[in-house]
Amino acid sequence: MTSYVLRRAAGAVLVLFVLSVVVYAVFYAVPGDPAKLACGPRCNPAQIAQVRDQLQLDDPLYTRYWHFLQGLFAGHDYSTGTGVLHCNAPCFGLSYQNDQQVTELISQRLPVTASLGFGAMVLWLVLGIGTGLLSALRRGGTTERVLTWFTLAGTATPVFIIGLLLLMVFCAQLQWLPFPSYVPLTESPEQWAWNMLLPWIALALIEAAKYARLTRSSVLETLADDHIRTFRAYGVSERAIVGRHALRGALPPVIALSALDLGSIFGSAMLTETLFGLPGLGQLMVHAVRDIDLPVVVGVVLVTGAAVVIANIIADLLYAATDRRVTLT
Amino acid sequence: MSDQRSIRPLVEVAELSVGFPVVGGSALSPAGGARESGDGPDAPPAPGHAGAARAGTAGRGLVRAVDRLSFTLEAGNALGIVGESGSGKSTAAFALLGLHRGTGAQVTGAVRVGGSDVLTASDAELRRIRGGVAAMVFQDPLSSLDPYLAIGDQITEVYRVHHRSASRRAARARAVEVLDRVGIPDAARRSRARPHEFSGGMRQRALIAMALSCEPQLLVADEPTTALDVTVQAQILGLLAELRAETGMGLILVTHDLGVAASNVDELLVMREGRAVERGPVRTVLSAPREPYTRTLLAAVPRVDARRANGANGANGVSRASGANEVGRPDGPDGPDGLDRPDGVRKLHGVRDAGVVVGSGEPAGGKPLLEAVGLRREFGKRGPRVVAVDDVSLTLHSGETLGIVGESGSGKTTLGRMIVRLLEPSGGELRYQGREIGRLRERQLRPFRSELQMVFQDPVSSLNPRRSIGESIADPLRAAGVLPAPRIVARVRELLERVGLEPDWYHRYPHEFSGGQRQRVGIARALAPEPRLIVCDEPVSALDVTTQAHIVRLLGELQRELGLALVFIAHDLAVVRQVSDRVAVMRDGRIVEEGETDAVYDDPQHPYTRALLAAVPLLGGAEAAA
Repeated sequence: MTSYVLRRAAGAVLVLFVLSVVVYAVFYAVPGDPAKLACGPRCNPAQIAQVRDQLQLDDPLYTRYWHFLQGLFAGHDYSTGTGVLHCNAPCFGLSYQNDQQVTELISQRLPVTASLGFGAMVLWLVLGIGTGLLSALRRGGTTERVLTWFTLAGTATPVFIIGLLLLMVFCAQLQWLPFPSYVPLTESPEQWAWNMLLPWIALALIEAAKYARLTRSSVLETLADDHIRTFRAYGVSERAIVGRHALRGALPPVIALSALDLGSIFGSAMLTETLFGLPGLGQLMVHAVRDIDLPVVVGVVLVTGAAVVIANIIADLLYAATDRRVTLT
Repeated sequence: MSDQRSIRPLVEVAELSVGFPVVGGSALSPAGGARESGDGPDAPPAPGHAGAARAGTAGRGLVRAVDRLSFTLEAGNALGIVGESGSGKSTAAFALLGLHRGTGAQVTGAVRVGGSDVLTASDAELRRIRGGVAAMVFQDPLSSLDPYLAIGDQITEVYRVHHRSASRRAARARAVEVLDRVGIPDAARRSRARPHEFSGGMRQRALIAMALSCEPQLLVADEPTTALDVTVQAQILGLLAELRAETGMGLILVTHDLGVAASNVDELLVMREGRAVERGPVRTVLSAPREPYTRTLLAAVPRVDARRANGANGANGVSRASGANEVGRPDGPDGPDGLDRPDGVRKLHGVRDAGVVVGSGEPAGGKPLLEAVGLRREFGKRGPRVVAVDDVSLTLHSGETLGIVGESGSGKTTLGRMIVRLLEPSGGELRYQGREIGRLRERQLRPFRSELQMVFQDPVSSLNPRRSIGESIADPLRAAGVLPAPRIVARVRELLERVGLEPDWYHRYPHEFSGGQRQRVGIARALAPEPRLIVCDEPVSALDVTTQAHIVRLLGELQRELGLALVFIAHDLAVVRQVSDRVAVMRDGRIVEEGETDAVYDDPQHPYTRALLAAVPLLGGAEAAA
């Protein structure tokens, strides 16, 4: 078990390393001048050249990558004109745009995205497993058809439509909820939840359909298993059969998938974040890509990449924990 | 209630019919995929006839699996329901517990168990009957238990359904008690294990313990030992007899194995196509069957205590002896082939000698076709390796059949796969026609691939469901690349005809065929590249006895005609006896005994061989069948 986790972790480090190389190469090849963008619209060529020099943009790719690795493992000193700014390891560098440390930027944004992802996951699991179970039990009935229709509609509608509708109805028309703005959990848990509610719902509605379908098919599959027949033949009530045996057998894939989805939310929640004005990683990424702000892009990519890779490992561990027949080797 | 029981029989079934609605041409049956029945060139495939029971179509879109079946069982008695797959025996057993309720099946007639009418009982009443009055033990003990929950918890749950006042603690204690009673060692600790941590026999014991925990008056056992090894089967049957003597519960034993029924029930009910063919005391039915079908069924059962009859002994030069064989020897349904080894030859080889190669087709001492010396195979990369085959040596001549018997996990399949080089041996030598092939790489093996072929156990999963059978048979021909494309089709049609199928079925798909027909396709595919050696891995164990007899006879004919060397791997000692010239008994990866078939069976030298043979349930007085 421990050796399994260690081996997987080593694999994860390799993946992240490759990921960083790829991002460097891609952004090196991309057209546009980061110095010009960093300097602003009113800069003259001399000023731009100065910025280029300061950002060391003229160095060859491998030198820049080497500096990046140095910063990551040993920290890096940056001259700011007036003094020296020390950036502790792990240092992803400074933003081209505002000289802020990338680690700092990320640590400000990470809780926002994490709040969004975890909250939405709880909601989509409840919604997805609930509707999936219900449609499995009411197979062929009107309930199932209605539920299928709803979950399908949820998946088919883009998040900005659902999000806008939710904002329009609950914030603008009914005024039941505030227009979302992020309040840290540590500040006021109540305000945090209240503000996050709409983004959670928007994200969960989209994901729930997938979980509903997965739950439905695995519950149906488990209900057809021989061991369910055994418990029927021993007079166990249908309710106990579904709750204790069918759902138990249907859950492992659902749990494993949700770990994966949660990981990928870190890299893909930009639409939701932008729509609801949440200062999360997705929003940071969008801005950084627009500005060719390489250190920020690399930082965010590595953090979201790590989230996905770690989620993968957790998904496998959860699978093994929920299904004792699986041994990790 | 006890008064009522003394007046009324424990089980009364009257005019029971069970029909399954036909959906898209196939019947939906909760009884699950029993094995396919029907076989032989005389049984043309009816497209889309898959399904456990398809006894006859009654009314619109309804397949009658059980047709006006009536029987009774007195308390404490044991009734065996026997029949081939699709005969409706499991469907009938399921009806006793009302398991067809809610499945869409149409059940008519009357079923009374322990005085209650199962078909009209309320859901709550039915739940009380299930387990409380009649408990069921299923065929596959692995899939019949919840894989996620500890065995003790599953028994606890069922116990509390019927003893609502029992505390969780008391129920747990009861679970441990019944597990201990059925012979699970260290029951308190083992009750926390999950099913996959139990062996097949222990799982079946656990399922019996579950039944026992409810103290039922009737135990319905649906093929309880079919998935088990023969020695484990003997233990389980022994346990059932013991528990019956102790608790006085009645037993309904559903089985396809007449031998199992013979020694475990008082009365026998023979079913065919949903109807009762014959019913009576077990001795009478087995020794003096009234109905021709019962006789056919009995005749098809391979007998471990009878010498080989319809010879598959493939002597090219051996003369066709007269049909004078021993009395009471069972034959295929179509009677004896009239082929046997001349008595002189039998006597000549009657002396068992492991050192001397006994070949029937060629003079002893001739060059063997295949020779294995110290063959070994390990599995696993890290940690302790599993040795599947250990130091196995054997020889095989053209025209000869070597039977390999052993229980599950004995390494017989691994050995078979090494012989055709589907697996590479980890050690030892494997020589084919004097040439070492054990270490050859795939490319160097190419020329040998056509010569070494295999027939697999499961004719369903070993055929690609998305390719027509003709294409499947053509595959090895294309791979060999010898024949031009137009000739391949002609050759496939030839092969289809040779194995007793219609050449025009080239374009049909596997699901359109019965189990026996699919196995014929598998044989045709093995024959296609004109091999000299075929390894048959449990070729008939998924088939009904009458179908088994057909397939075994086909293999024998082909062997004689083509001078093939056959390796016949099976767990069924009786089948192996009926087809083999020599037999090797495997245990834990080693051959513990090898010799001329009759010598091994009549005078086993190794204690394990003796234990195996002793565990085979015998039919007893079925002599009159012939």
